[in-house]
Amino acid sequence: MENLDALTRQALDAVAGAADLRALDEVRVQYLGKKGEISALLKTLGKLSAEERPQAGALINEARDQVQAALESRKAAMNDAALAEKLAGERIDVTLPGRGELPGGLHPVTRTRRRIEDFFAGLGYTVSEGPEVEDDFHNFEALNIPGHHPARAMHDTFYFPDGHLLRTHTSPVQIRVMEQGQPPFRIIAPGRVYRCDSDLTHTPMFHQVEGLLVDEGITFADLRGTVAAFLRAFFEVDDLAVRFRPSYFPFTEPSAEVDIGCTHCGGQGCRVCKQTGWLEVMGCGMVHPTVLAHGGVDASRYSGFAFGMGVERLAMLRYGVKDLRMFFENDARFLAQFR
Amino acid sequence: MLIIESWLREWANPNLDTDALAHQLSMAGLEVDGVAPAAAPFSGVVVGEVLSTRPHPDAEKLTLCEVSDGSETFPVVCGAPNVRAGLKVPFARVGAELPGDFRIKKAKLRGEPSLGMLCGASELGLEDLVDGLLELPADAPVGEDIRAYLQLDDSIIEVDLTPNRADCLSVRGIAREVSVLNKVPFTPPAIAPVTPVIDDTFPVSVAAPEACPRYLGRVIRGIDPTATTPLWMVERLRRAGLRPIDPVVDVTNYVLLELGQPLHAFDLARLQQGIEVRQARQGESLTLLDEQTVTLRDDTLVIADASGPLAMAGIMGGAGSGVTDATVDIFLECAFFAPLAVAGKARSYGLHTDSSHRFERGVDPALQAEAMERATALIIDIAGGQPGPVTEALAEQALPQPVAIELTAARVEGLLGLALADDEISDILARLGMQVTATGTGAWRVLPPSWRFDMAIEQDLIEELARVYGYDRLPSRLPAIQGGAASQPETLLPARRLSDVLTGRGYLEAITYTFVDPAMQAALDPQVSPLALANPISSELAVMRTTLWAGLLTAAQRNLNRQTARLRLFEQGLRFVPGAGEQGGLLQEPMLAGLVFGSARPLHFDEPGRKVDFLDIKGDVEALLSVAGGLAGYRFEAAEHQVLHPGQSARILRDDVEAGWIGKLHPALAVKLDLPADIYLFELRKSVIEGVSVPKFSDLSEYPSVRRDLALVMPAEVPAGAVLAAVRAACDARLREVALFDVYQGDKIEKGHKSLALGLTFQDRSRTLGEAEISDLVSGVLSQLKQEFNATLRE
Repeated sequence: MENLDALTRQALDAVAGAADLRALDEVRVQYLGKKGEISALLKTLGKLSAEERPQAGALINEARDQVQAALESRKAAMNDAALAEKLAGERIDVTLPGRGELPGGLHPVTRTRRRIEDFFAGLGYTVSEGPEVEDDFHNFEALNIPGHHPARAMHDTFYFPDGHLLRTHTSPVQIRVMEQGQPPFRIIAPGRVYRCDSDLTHTPMFHQVEGLLVDEGITFADLRGTVAAFLRAFFEVDDLAVRFRPSYFPFTEPSAEVDIGCTHCGGQGCRVCKQTGWLEVMGCGMVHPTVLAHGGVDASRYSGFAFGMGVERLAMLRYGVKDLRMFFENDARFLAQFR
Repeated sequence: MLIIESWLREWANPNLDTDALAHQLSMAGLEVDGVAPAAAPFSGVVVGEVLSTRPHPDAEKLTLCEVSDGSETFPVVCGAPNVRAGLKVPFARVGAELPGDFRIKKAKLRGEPSLGMLCGASELGLEDLVDGLLELPADAPVGEDIRAYLQLDDSIIEVDLTPNRADCLSVRGIAREVSVLNKVPFTPPAIAPVTPVIDDTFPVSVAAPEACPRYLGRVIRGIDPTATTPLWMVERLRRAGLRPIDPVVDVTNYVLLELGQPLHAFDLARLQQGIEVRQARQGESLTLLDEQTVTLRDDTLVIADASGPLAMAGIMGGAGSGVTDATVDIFLECAFFAPLAVAGKARSYGLHTDSSHRFERGVDPALQAEAMERATALIIDIAGGQPGPVTEALAEQALPQPVAIELTAARVEGLLGLALADDEISDILARLGMQVTATGTGAWRVLPPSWRFDMAIEQDLIEELARVYGYDRLPSRLPAIQGGAASQPETLLPARRLSDVLTGRGYLEAITYTFVDPAMQAALDPQVSPLALANPISSELAVMRTTLWAGLLTAAQRNLNRQTARLRLFEQGLRFVPGAGEQGGLLQEPMLAGLVFGSARPLHFDEPGRKVDFLDIKGDVEALLSVAGGLAGYRFEAAEHQVLHPGQSARILRDDVEAGWIGKLHPALAVKLDLPADIYLFELRKSVIEGVSVPKFSDLSEYPSVRRDLALVMPAEVPAGAVLAAVRAACDARLREVALFDVYQGDKIEKGHKSLALGLTFQDRSRTLGEAEISDLVSGVLSQLKQEFNATLRE
């Protein structure tokens, strides 16, 4: 028993000196194994007297526990070190570029169109579409633009030899929707339209969104409120200045052009608004009774409003696109800016 | 239309500055496009008088002048050819600042002192009408500032009128509006009938009274052919954008600007027998004032005499009958032509004149007599002459008749959402020149004035009320949603979803013109004769596409010309196929198309830079079809298409209906279109793919699945798709999945054969499958494949 302290110290030194897990296990076997040196001391307890035995047993157990704890702690340290080394070896350069495809993007016209559709969907409007090759009736006649109406001169129309034409506006969809259903109507009609005109500020094809609401008791006040709410939401400017100017469209009466305070200069006057502080963004009005009649709607019971806006115009203002023609050149460098 | 502010203010003069007036007009529906000064800023120029002239001793083209500014006399050297003693001209004194930062200083020209400059019109920023100095009238007050004398501190307001407001195509019309809007007096100049001094008339017969309900004529004899138009009139014409020509023509133009009534003056000596207003005879020819000769159609109204057509009625006079600098006797025409008779005619001949612009939109049918008197008085003032009596050919029943319109305050409120006071309603309408008769409380019968022929229904009157009251003073509200928000059927795949699948896979959305180059169209679809525009904007945008590939390939050309190395584009839109629609008509079919070029994946440092191939783009299409009802409903079958590589193209079928095409651009076509060959394309018919079913949940099996891998050898030409279909057909619902995980052709198997490795996963919903059961399924598969494709298990 007198060498217990020496044996313990010796065992602890061996634990500290073990180079790896295998050496450590050898130390465990040497001292704490069944035939280990400390285990062997326990077997000598029987030779002691009953008085000596408890005290000696306690001392040996204490030494055993001490070595056991040292073994475990050393083993944990070795495991930690091994893991750290493994992890160190797995270190990568996280700044390298990721692998795979990035998303493409919607055309800015579509992106704008979706914003418009989503706003009006929230107000209960549904989307309607119509043919792009139209007949004279739906594009003009039914919209109160008879044969030699001077308003036809405002629409530089593309014609086909058989008298059909490319629709000059999305307004014919109004007629088609009214023809096919019963009021109330609450629709928007986005789509391509065509005018035989091409210069810096005109492309022969462009996009409009037409809106139509026909119901009982609809007034010009409803039109003003709807259009103003849309423009403020679209440009995300709660106090956007919106003004209505009297205008003329054969298919609405009263008619209005809608201006907003210039989104570029805030109404101070700049190049974008030609120093006026205002930007013309859409036309609208109360649906003309002749148009309601062509759509089979009882104008004595129902009234309604319609509005039409140029999608490219809104997209240019919203995204700062300076040249209208870029929308249809489909340059990937342009398109990729609208992911 | 250009409106001269000073002229306007003679007729109606509100207490508003120019900007406020312009804003007011815009807000009343007469949109002001711009306001420009009548002359550029300059100072120090007065009316000068040339007292004497003598030649410059050392310069042939220069003249030495003594010029008075009313208080002093200055020596001035002048180079203008029209300088002469007694002439009154603009005189820029030393210190004057002329447009273009030009400052007048003391100078010596070829040794002679010059204290100031005599000015031509262009030096003052005005339009030169004569070469040389601007000659002022003899009564011009010497020493008066030229800006004041010529009223140059004036503005020109450009008004863009909507087609319904023909009544505003004159100073008079705009002034009427200004008077109404500001409640200021309307003060037209006094126009008194001119008493005839001779009895001469010229015969007029109207063969087309519906087209020309009123035709006034008047002979004026003995005008002075040497008379010149006074400066004040020249300046007004110039500012309104018209070129002065001679006094008679200038007066007719002046009256057109002032009153809105076009007039025409014939040289009486050049007319034969009498005037006839009639439809042209088909093929008759007429040389117009602008020297172009037109061949007339019989739908065109003309003014003719015994010799033939003299003028296109309401559009333009002829060269052979107009006034010249030798004309002494004139026949003055002032007519009302019905809008429908002249509408579109000028345009159909490629013409557009101030006259046609007004007659097409409508001239006040009650205006002709007044305009005739106004023009006569001005002509006699300027050029003298003896007027005859006015003759009138009238078809009263063909004149537009004002229609009384019933209006109620309730309808006003119903349309505007605002209850206007009864007084206000009747007051506004009365100010607008309407005869308003109360027919009850809040009810009126309204008769519009002759110039407001655009008023036909109560809505027209209500718009007038709103306009004069002020649109921006009307109420605004958001209508309540009734009947709830709309919802979309889940069985219809939204177009958005398709776009979103593609953008998620790296595609950019393109929008290309639906009209395309006929050469491109013919290259892509030679069998179909495309729908051609009658009036294309250019020869490259002339026919309607029958495939979206036309636009995408054009976009590819453009991008490749800009050295784009990798391109993924898609488009949604209509194609136009003649004869394919209902009853052999035009089919306008919504399509979805894509184009891919370049590397299969974005360049990455540890991936090989593989070029895109058929299976890459097929993967994209499969992604689309997987949301479009599920891949299981579609079949790809090898088939040939003129645009596509014959060995790398497939028709896509859904329940045996063609859903679209996919493949590699045909190499021969690539050469023809100057495009690289490794472009891949797809195009899908949206109507075929957009129908989907609502997902139906099925229980998840809690029993283990078992996988069996089979390597099968078969002839190389057997399509993999057929093998997979056969495997599915040989099993039942217990086959959960079959995956193709290897394709091998090479030395290790027989030549002309290939090996496909299939992974079959079996699972049942209600129990664990036994080994014997699975073996049965596998042997069923093997015997089916053996029978169908002579496929055997690979050794």
